[in-house]
Amino acid sequence: MEFSALLAQLLNGLAEASSLFLVAAGLSLIFGVTRIVNFAHGSFYMLGLYVAYSTVEYLVGRLGPAGFWVGLVVAPVAVGAFGALVEIVLLRRIYKAPELFQLLGTFALVLVINDATLYLWGPEELLGRRAPGLAGSISLLGRQFPTYNLFLMVIGPLVLGLVWLLLARTRWGVLVRAATEDRQMLGALGVNQAWLFTAVFALGALLAGLGGAVQLPREPANLALDLRSIGDAFVVVVVGGMGSLPGAYLAALLIAEIKALCVGIGSVHVLGLDFSLSKLTLVVEFLVMAVVLVVRPWGLLGKPQAGSRNSAPAEAPLRPAGNGLRWVALVVFVALAALPLLQTWLPYASVLAQDVLVSVLFAVSLHFIMGPGGLHSFGHAAYFGLGAYGAGILLKVLTLPMPLAFTFAPLVAGLGALLFGWFCVRLSGVYLAMLTLAFSQIVWSVVFQWEAVTGGSNGLTGVWPAAWLGDTAYYYLTLVLVAASVLLVRRIVFSPFGYALRAARDSALRADAIGIDVMRVRWAAFVVAGLFAGLAGALFVFSKGGVSPDVMAVGKSVDGLVMVLLGGIQQLVGPLLGASVFSVLQDSIMRATDYWRAVFGGVILLLVLVFPHGIAGFFQGLGNAWARLAARKPALLPREKRA
Amino acid sequence: MAFRACFKVAPLLLALLGAPSAWAEDVIKIGEVNSYKSQPVFTDGYKKGMQLAIDQINAQGGVAGKKLELLTRDDNANPGDAIRQVEDLINREHVDVLAGAFYANIGTALADYAKQKKRFVLVTEALSDNIVWSAGNRYTYRLDASTYMLTAALVDEAVRLHKKRWALVYPNYEFGTAAASAFKTLLKARQPDVEFVTEQAPPFGKVDAGSLVQALVDAKPDALFNALFGADLAKFVREGTTRELFGEQLPVLSIITGQPEYLEPLKDEIPPNWTVTGYPWYSIDTPAHKAFVAAYQAKYGKENLRFGSIIGYAAVQSIAAGIEAAGGKTDSESLANAFAGLNLTTPDGPLQFRASDHQATWGLYVGKLAVQDGAGVMVDTQYKPGLGLLPSDDEVRKLRPAE
Amino acid sequence: MSLLQVRDLSKAFGGVRAVDGIHFDLHEGELLAMIGPNGAGKSTTFNMVGGQLRASGGSIQLQGRELVGAKPRQICHLGVGRTFQIAATFASLTVLENTQMALLSHHKRLYHWWRPVRDQYREQALALLEQVGMAAHAERPCSELAYGDVKRVELAMALANDPRLLLMDEPTAGMGPQERNELMALTKRLVVERRMAVLFTEHSMDVVFAHADRMLVLARGRLIAEGDAHSIRNHPQVQQVYFGSGKTFERPPQEPQP
Repeated sequence: MEFSALLAQLLNGLAEASSLFLVAAGLSLIFGVTRIVNFAHGSFYMLGLYVAYSTVEYLVGRLGPAGFWVGLVVAPVAVGAFGALVEIVLLRRIYKAPELFQLLGTFALVLVINDATLYLWGPEELLGRRAPGLAGSISLLGRQFPTYNLFLMVIGPLVLGLVWLLLARTRWGVLVRAATEDRQMLGALGVNQAWLFTAVFALGALLAGLGGAVQLPREPANLALDLRSIGDAFVVVVVGGMGSLPGAYLAALLIAEIKALCVGIGSVHVLGLDFSLSKLTLVVEFLVMAVVLVVRPWGLLGKPQAGSRNSAPAEAPLRPAGNGLRWVALVVFVALAALPLLQTWLPYASVLAQDVLVSVLFAVSLHFIMGPGGLHSFGHAAYFGLGAYGAGILLKVLTLPMPLAFTFAPLVAGLGALLFGWFCVRLSGVYLAMLTLAFSQIVWSVVFQWEAVTGGSNGLTGVWPAAWLGDTAYYYLTLVLVAASVLLVRRIVFSPFGYALRAARDSALRADAIGIDVMRVRWAAFVVAGLFAGLAGALFVFSKGGVSPDVMAVGKSVDGLVMVLLGGIQQLVGPLLGASVFSVLQDSIMRATDYWRAVFGGVILLLVLVFPHGIAGFFQGLGNAWARLAARKPALLPREKRA
Repeated sequence: MAFRACFKVAPLLLALLGAPSAWAEDVIKIGEVNSYKSQPVFTDGYKKGMQLAIDQINAQGGVAGKKLELLTRDDNANPGDAIRQVEDLINREHVDVLAGAFYANIGTALADYAKQKKRFVLVTEALSDNIVWSAGNRYTYRLDASTYMLTAALVDEAVRLHKKRWALVYPNYEFGTAAASAFKTLLKARQPDVEFVTEQAPPFGKVDAGSLVQALVDAKPDALFNALFGADLAKFVREGTTRELFGEQLPVLSIITGQPEYLEPLKDEIPPNWTVTGYPWYSIDTPAHKAFVAAYQAKYGKENLRFGSIIGYAAVQSIAAGIEAAGGKTDSESLANAFAGLNLTTPDGPLQFRASDHQATWGLYVGKLAVQDGAGVMVDTQYKPGLGLLPSDDEVRKLRPAE
Repeated sequence: MSLLQVRDLSKAFGGVRAVDGIHFDLHEGELLAMIGPNGAGKSTTFNMVGGQLRASGGSIQLQGRELVGAKPRQICHLGVGRTFQIAATFASLTVLENTQMALLSHHKRLYHWWRPVRDQYREQALALLEQVGMAAHAERPCSELAYGDVKRVELAMALANDPRLLLMDEPTAGMGPQERNELMALTKRLVVERRMAVLFTEHSMDVVFAHADRMLVLARGRLIAEGDAHSIRNHPQVQQVYFGSGKTFERPPQEPQP
């Protein structure tokens, strides 16, 4: 590669860095102040681009070329206003929910916004016009360089500077910084926290909208942008350090430059092997994130996170299942066992139940580390996928008999968890979550590209159960294994190991002081969760006859998170309820309407507002209220002395 | 009150759990699973095309005396859900024929399901060569031209150009890698002195167009083979134009770019000197195709057709022809037998499902891109019948697993 | 030989020497108080003995075994129990379960995954709770307790591993005067019964002078005085330090309650 070519690629990187930074900056601000993991940030970005497209098309007709630039200003403001609305109408109601619950609300928003965009703008990609005055290119380093890129290179640092000024030089900025560092103090200052949050959320949304709007001359508005940009934004924010804007810019620069170099260098010849760096761009940002987080657990310029800002009441102590719950469990089990017998009347029920059972096991395994463990994983699908692929590869490539392949598959996932867990449990909070995501993306990209073994993007096929495990037998195998796993996980939660895990979550300081090796307990829990997720994956692959990389993609991990949160993270039956409700709802809504994403998202929003502690949390609350009511009756009798 | 509420809730619950639909004797049900939500542009035209064919066939008395009925399901863009929907269609809806799949991984999964359950499936769109070759089986047939055929359709032009230094750009998944590898093999065979100076495989949907174009400029190719499409293509074209990569000096061969789904968003920004495969529905001159376009627009208004429109239409035509050839029987064995060597005529012309590899000889239009009335179109188009784009029967037999 | 020997112990944060060359000994059966104004280095010293902070220099020996460099959990297993300035218990566990956890850890049963915790070390845990006066609250969640009660639970947990040395960081903060004296009397009794030693910090001079056998006075990271109540009361440097910060021994200041 020539030196001038290298320089030219670095310039390209600078322009990309600005684009990345603009999306990430708002996310970083929002997280820093409100601690909300805003999944809908990518949707704001997408909206920014769509709104910019429409306003520019409208304004250019009326104002001429100036309309373009006016449109570029109007669109972010509109998105910012929409962000404020979202905060006031939705998020405000769920700040007191358990940690991460807000993620559920923003996930639902992603679905609703995507379908609304489809409805309003149609399915076609919309390529905006070029920027008047910056449409062409200039000669730089003997190459043509788009003049609009120069504009982009400037606007990133410019926005960084302006936001920095806003935070450093205004009273509002001081409050925002105070909120980032210590929320209690903010309350003590007598600040109206609600409006501060609204303002920050709106500013964050505005920045995302701006990020989208400035892409107008470079990429067509399309419906896939929301999920694509949210991944990038999270990576940049985490690599930079949550809440640090200069960190976000630095991270954006690092990632954009590394990508540009990968593309620029193309193929390299190492040790007699041709290695395509261009193909590495599939995963390079996650490689960077993994390395940065392993070396610097709080990102490049981040600070250790203050303890959880969780304002929800502490989890209630575990109680062994009462007779009521036992009966319900038995009835459900018997009903599930009876489904294949009802084939004539309910032919689809056992088909759906098969998938629901697998989802339940996946959710239970994730809940084990998220609930009792307090370790939030955004990459749990990796272990589900490792189980599924493990089974497939053992069966097809190593030609093991099906029962052996099935048995060893969870161990493959367990091994993966053993390796990745060692790194992950050293981190905490969102950083931990993002490291799990990075590892899952790395595994995904290996599976995606290793055609000879994994079948590449098309995946493996022909992974069917042995003949004696035909349709109904396989359903019963699934039912028995899932039920046994659920009981076993429950058993573990009530055992010393499960208690040690919860103890480490409640207070790592105290756990350490009474002699608990917090890291080791968490690591062990990570492996246990990996094993059960792997079992779910193995059950999945033989029920579908194959597997493709989508089972370990981000979407699958997010589905797991949503199931756990929807059911209620503080209750052991939470994941069971959450996974069942999620799967059955999605299946039936998908069939009922073309706009199923919006309806599904709407239903989740409704559930979020009605059950701010998850479905199981709601019922536990009801139960407690009933118990209090029942306890009041004796109070009418002559009062006993109370201690 | 509560009693009456029960009556209202019960059917709902049953529907949720999946009560079966009634058998109907005089109807043939086609169950179709596709990525409707994920690929709305293609599937919109596709669904309309299917419905048009169904209406036309039913108006003429149906197939073997029975009416056709279409049931569609969204596969949520993943094979796991696709298989569940298929089982729903089979168990609850009792469909007679299965069809569908846009994504290659779903197509592959459906093909394997067909093999395992001995259930006839017509894969309509998914392009992967594997579906008919390495994963091919008795019960799976595929309608649309495969990745190999798309690539082969452009090789004549590549040879004619006689350029030495080629660059390749393709999305980093099986469609792209298969197209690139087929292109290299086919061109090398006919022009041994060819040199492939750079290969760029950006992640699908996330092309870093600036760096990509820069790298291509620096590689100084004489010609370019492209398999990017969708948003990636739009970014690539705009950046390549701005950076003066594209122009008369650089001939570009590009697969599927001429399909309206991917061409329309580019509007008038068509770079010169591109030769593409696609679907120029506006300029196809045969009476059969003109009648198809007229019927389509009569039914759905004066809107543009998509490539999905003709595929959907031809899919239903194929199924109808297959059932007819099976003497009205719709069991999988009869259909699998009937489709082997099945001939039918689509608006594009005659077509055969080859007995050797179950691939339809779907013909392709190859042409140059140009701008007309502010929109990109294909001109100088040439129709290449599918048979000429496929390896011989003997060759594909080696590619398919023994039955 | 003394139970705990601290020699030339130092801790620097950046350029600031929070603790600067401290020496002291602690003997079996002794209740040793560490006092000093805010920022004197009491908590830092405590956290170095407990392993939460790593010393920059010097040594801490427990019955001849070096504690510097050891992790808190290792120090725990060597026989050191501790309570924290801001009480730390497991909020989602009941009082009884908190204590059971400490016992399970002590008996190295943390990785047992079958038998429920419910039936393990229940009697021992209740006995410990009885000792600190919390048995009546055994089934209550820790998150519901009054702050003083949380401190008692912490004490029970700290006692679970039969410690030779008990570190108590402001054990009576948040308690009323009577409660304070009760707790310290209890502590003294435990020290004698269990033949252990206690090192504690305390803001309330009442408590210190009434219960400590001996005291160490820290100021700006240095040990400025050591001795019994009488000698400390009359130590000129100590008086200067305390009067300088507006505190007197005659009228104990009301420390801010957490």
